Amino acid sequence: MNEHDLRELIRDVKAGLVSRREFIRTMVGFGLTMPMASQLLMHAGVANAQPQAKFVYKPTKRGGGGALKLLMWQGPTLLNPHFAVGTKDQYGSRMFYEPLAGWDADGNLVANLAAEIPSLANGGVAKDGKSVTWKLKKNVQWHDGKPFTADDVVFNVEYAQNPETATTTIGAYRDVKATKIDSHTVRLDFKEPTPFWADALVGTNGMMIPKHLFDAYRGSKSRDAPSNLKPVGTGPYKFVDFKPGDMIRGEINANYHEPNRPFFDTFEMKGGGDAVSAARAVLQTGEFDYAWNMQVEDEILKKLEAGGKGRVSIAPGGSLEMLQFQQSDPWNEVEGERAHKNSKHPSLSDFNVRDAINMLVDRKSIQDHIYGRTGVLTRNFVNNPARFRSTNNKFEFNIDKANKTLDAAGWKKGSDGIRTREGKKLKYVYQTSINAPRQKCQAIVKQACQKAGIDIELKQIPASVYFSSDVANPDTFRKFWSDLQMYNTTMPRPDPEFFTNQFCSWEIAQKENKWASTNNTRWQSPEYDATWKAAKVEMDPVKRAAMFIKLNEILIENRVIVPISNRPVVAALGNKLRAPMTGWDNDVFLIKDWYREA
Amino acid sequence: MGKYILRRLLIAIPSLIGISIILFTVLALAPGDPFEELATNPNVPPEVRQNLREKFGLDDPVHVRYVRWATNMAKGDWGFSFASRVDVDDLIMGRLPTTLAVIGLSQLLALLVAVPVGVIAATRPYSIFDQLANTFAFIGFSLPTFFTGLLFILFFSIYLDWLPFVYRADLSETGWAWWWQQFKQSIMPIMVLGLFQGASWTRYVRAAVLDVIRLDYITTARSKGLAERWVVIKHALRNALIPVVTLVALQMPAIFGGAIVTEQIFRVPGIGSLLISAILANDTPVIMAVTFVFSILVIFFNLLADVLYGWLDPRISYR
Amino acid sequence: MAGSTPASLTADGAAAAGGSPKATKLVSPWGEAWRRFRRHKLAVAGTVILGLITLAVLVGPWVYPVPINDIDFGARLKGPMMGHPFGTDDLGQDLLARMMYGGRISLAVGLAAMLIAVVIGTVVGAIAGISRGSVDAALMWLTDLFLSLPQLPLLLLIIYLFRDALKAIVGVEAGIFIMIVVVIGGFRWMPVARLVRAQFLSLREKEFVEAARALGVSQTRLVARHILPNSLGPVIIAGTIDVAVAIIAESTLSFLGLGFPPDIPTWGRILYDAKDYLDVAPHWALFPGMAIFLTVLSINYIGDGLRDALDPRRVM
Repeated sequence: MNEHDLRELIRDVKAGLVSRREFIRTMVGFGLTMPMASQLLMHAGVANAQPQAKFVYKPTKRGGGGALKLLMWQGPTLLNPHFAVGTKDQYGSRMFYEPLAGWDADGNLVANLAAEIPSLANGGVAKDGKSVTWKLKKNVQWHDGKPFTADDVVFNVEYAQNPETATTTIGAYRDVKATKIDSHTVRLDFKEPTPFWADALVGTNGMMIPKHLFDAYRGSKSRDAPSNLKPVGTGPYKFVDFKPGDMIRGEINANYHEPNRPFFDTFEMKGGGDAVSAARAVLQTGEFDYAWNMQVEDEILKKLEAGGKGRVSIAPGGSLEMLQFQQSDPWNEVEGERAHKNSKHPSLSDFNVRDAINMLVDRKSIQDHIYGRTGVLTRNFVNNPARFRSTNNKFEFNIDKANKTLDAAGWKKGSDGIRTREGKKLKYVYQTSINAPRQKCQAIVKQACQKAGIDIELKQIPASVYFSSDVANPDTFRKFWSDLQMYNTTMPRPDPEFFTNQFCSWEIAQKENKWASTNNTRWQSPEYDATWKAAKVEMDPVKRAAMFIKLNEILIENRVIVPISNRPVVAALGNKLRAPMTGWDNDVFLIKDWYREA
Repeated sequence: MGKYILRRLLIAIPSLIGISIILFTVLALAPGDPFEELATNPNVPPEVRQNLREKFGLDDPVHVRYVRWATNMAKGDWGFSFASRVDVDDLIMGRLPTTLAVIGLSQLLALLVAVPVGVIAATRPYSIFDQLANTFAFIGFSLPTFFTGLLFILFFSIYLDWLPFVYRADLSETGWAWWWQQFKQSIMPIMVLGLFQGASWTRYVRAAVLDVIRLDYITTARSKGLAERWVVIKHALRNALIPVVTLVALQMPAIFGGAIVTEQIFRVPGIGSLLISAILANDTPVIMAVTFVFSILVIFFNLLADVLYGWLDPRISYR
Repeated sequence: MAGSTPASLTADGAAAAGGSPKATKLVSPWGEAWRRFRRHKLAVAGTVILGLITLAVLVGPWVYPVPINDIDFGARLKGPMMGHPFGTDDLGQDLLARMMYGGRISLAVGLAAMLIAVVIGTVVGAIAGISRGSVDAALMWLTDLFLSLPQLPLLLLIIYLFRDALKAIVGVEAGIFIMIVVVIGGFRWMPVARLVRAQFLSLREKEFVEAARALGVSQTRLVARHILPNSLGPVIIAGTIDVAVAIIAESTLSFLGLGFPPDIPTWGRILYDAKDYLDVAPHWALFPGMAIFLTVLSINYIGDGLRDALDPRRVM
């Protein structure tokens, strides 16, 4: 699908020939995200659809709901959103702090502290893409009574972008300049045209901390701020107590800026343990109302749900569980370095081998027996509309065909059953983190490969080591000193720019940059690089979308990765609990709207 | 005796220094880093991680970091956790009451079960009681605690719905209701851990008492007409306790280290779970502080055990 | 009669019947010990059970040639049935085959780790117990050092540093086996050392030792023939407990990803995989649990028998 086809398809949607739903599904099939597809339609003037089963907030007064109990099986360890290491810390902060806007399940922006969402139509977004103006909600107070104004917003930007503070949110604020227009209006200026402007001040990056409590602690003094451990925010709950890694407690904010909210009088967020027992605590014993990130086999979840005390919520997001091929040679050193970008993998650099392995991953079984509802047969599997079905991009599980492909490419089975060619054997090390569904996935792939004459050794690494950036450790996913590896790449915001950059050649992880950049596979393609650079600054959303689609096609056609499953955000909820969930932001992004039905 | 204790204490100081050097080096060499979660987030630029590492001095050479840590410890500054930026001593003190309550009680339970059961089993060897006691002991320690913990949860929490299985350190009830709630949520972890410990201790006590009970002076005592109970308690037990004292002394510091698996399963916020999450997050200051206190306790309790030997068996001399 | 509390039920009969010893043929002390062991019913039962289990894991895979990793989604989580005597796991793999394969490793790990712990511990404890002053203090310092070292970080470090090197030399499974055994055994010798030392401290003041010394027995002989055999009581108990601990420790290591690769079905690993399905497919956990239990049970009874057989004070 190219730009022309894309424009045609959009016209069809506008004319009512193709449903909005089908369009979005097609776009997702081509590697775009749902919110991006929505934005394409929005830009073309197709009306914003009413989300299915719109969430209705029923309670008619503030408070009286008793206690809300949340279970995070990794306990938050910090309460300053700008230092959050991982989603668990974001959740802890989100109970007290709010951003200007968040992302709902459909990928639409929902205003929180903003009075309205900026757009081209209302002048919030500049035509040249170099600035965006936010109007703030009036009459919002911090928990200590002081008013929330534009000064706070400007402060947050400066706080986050200061390299001395070393915030984890710096990526969104580095190239941004914030100017106060009046007490409730702020303008952000960007260096270049920025089609995706909703990164700063939005969602997990955009939680607002009060200037009057943090001003004295900018830069290197940031760690010392007492408010780091005693948050004062604008959110629906006020801080009561915090034990790092274990528990957070809060109580109702009587001056919350929205009427009749929040419903609960107190909340408790408990951390620790594992995912399965967390599921049990919500779905079987009802001790807790909500459990986060249910990385549990669907079969177990279904059995627990059968008890009738709770249900599982599945919100589609952009995370992709994928199998990566190592393009360089991880077993021999070049210039004293393993997996040097100038080396070539002895067998995986052969397209036929990658193609064969692609046919040996039994996605359907993985989908049916491991992930179930918690994994969606990945995008890049486009069946409809028919005219976009690409013959190259069909995925099938076919051991015979894999065998034939390998035979034809000259990889003959040796006496031990393992294929060889010119003395190189198809023997691989396949690594991933410790995680029961992943280990099962590994077992399934290994067995299929054995039937095709490929020998696989399975390796599992503790997550804290696998995902670390420790230079001395040989088992990190960035070093990728093995042949195959599998993990889940999250898409923390609904724009593919930050997902696709992990295949650009300048991002190759090497010794010189301490393996700190994102291209683990050592894939290099000038065509890919050029297209990505162009997409970064392209203001026309349709052109931009077409470029991302092209990037996706390059990856799939060349079998750079094997996408296994799209992982939505899965949570467990008690039966009576009503809470709007989303796959594009934290589950608690609208914690103010949570209530329990009588 | 006094000189012996003094000498042991003096030796303890270089011991502690040696231990802390080894600990620190091990941690410095161990894989992983405190900021691993940032690695999977493509939006966090690598410079931020670099900055954080520099800020916490993670890239300085090992000996520099050790000296810095040692001088700080001596000054009473135990540093702060990389993960949560909370002072380490606050973290530990916050978890100490829970640890003592749950883990401490379980060790007590283990002792209370092991000593009487072991003694009775030894005085009636190969009787029904002995066979039963042995069998339960075997079941107790041949199953890992993660398994027995789960069995308990499945039975008592899910099937019977009698007990909550997520431990909460901040119960909102007061007065009697608080005690009742506390009992309900602690009894399972206490039993899981206590029975696991108690099982192996029962075997030790039984073996030790068996060794002693057939000695001549016991027969003498019996033939003097003393009640069996006195014979056992006053004569046999005291001598049988030497190996038992060794074991109990060795286990005491473990209370401080907690029981990692049990704490995970029941989500008890004790020092054990603090240690393991610090290890998995490579939170060096926390690991160093906890293991350092641990080593002090080990040295102290071993000294105590040695002193107790002398009291239990006057024939033991110290030179 | 002095010291006549019977060590076992069968002892009564022998003592009562044998008023005066018949003219017996000359039996060596070891033969004597073996005879006494044979009279200990439970020990013999333990030996038989352990023997059966060992036989099953050694010979079983030849007799029952079902592959351990044959994934069959059609037969998931089935209880014992035709074709799958122990049932299947959640990938449809046959449990009996997996248990026999993994049993070799679990048993070997248990026994080897126990041997390392007992041997090192006894040696260190004996030397410390028999010497005085600086040697004792030095060895105790070493013991304390090992006791205070944090097991988990050290485990991580050792396995990471040596896993690849060993793998290159002896292959994946053997390399990891050596490491696990060394690591588990290496952390269990300290209690044994302290126990042995404690026994030595009390035994070396006893009359029979004094008597032997007066006779001019050399230090080594004193230790080896006189003191050591009498201090083995708690050591044997520790040894038998250590086997169970080692098998279980291996499953904890798998939990942390430091053990054998996830597709190698050691008993501890099967138990770990089965734990989330306890209410759905209890057979999956029952079999490895029973296997570990029976192994531990039989080793303990054997230990009891050994203690009784080797202790000259026991009249049987």
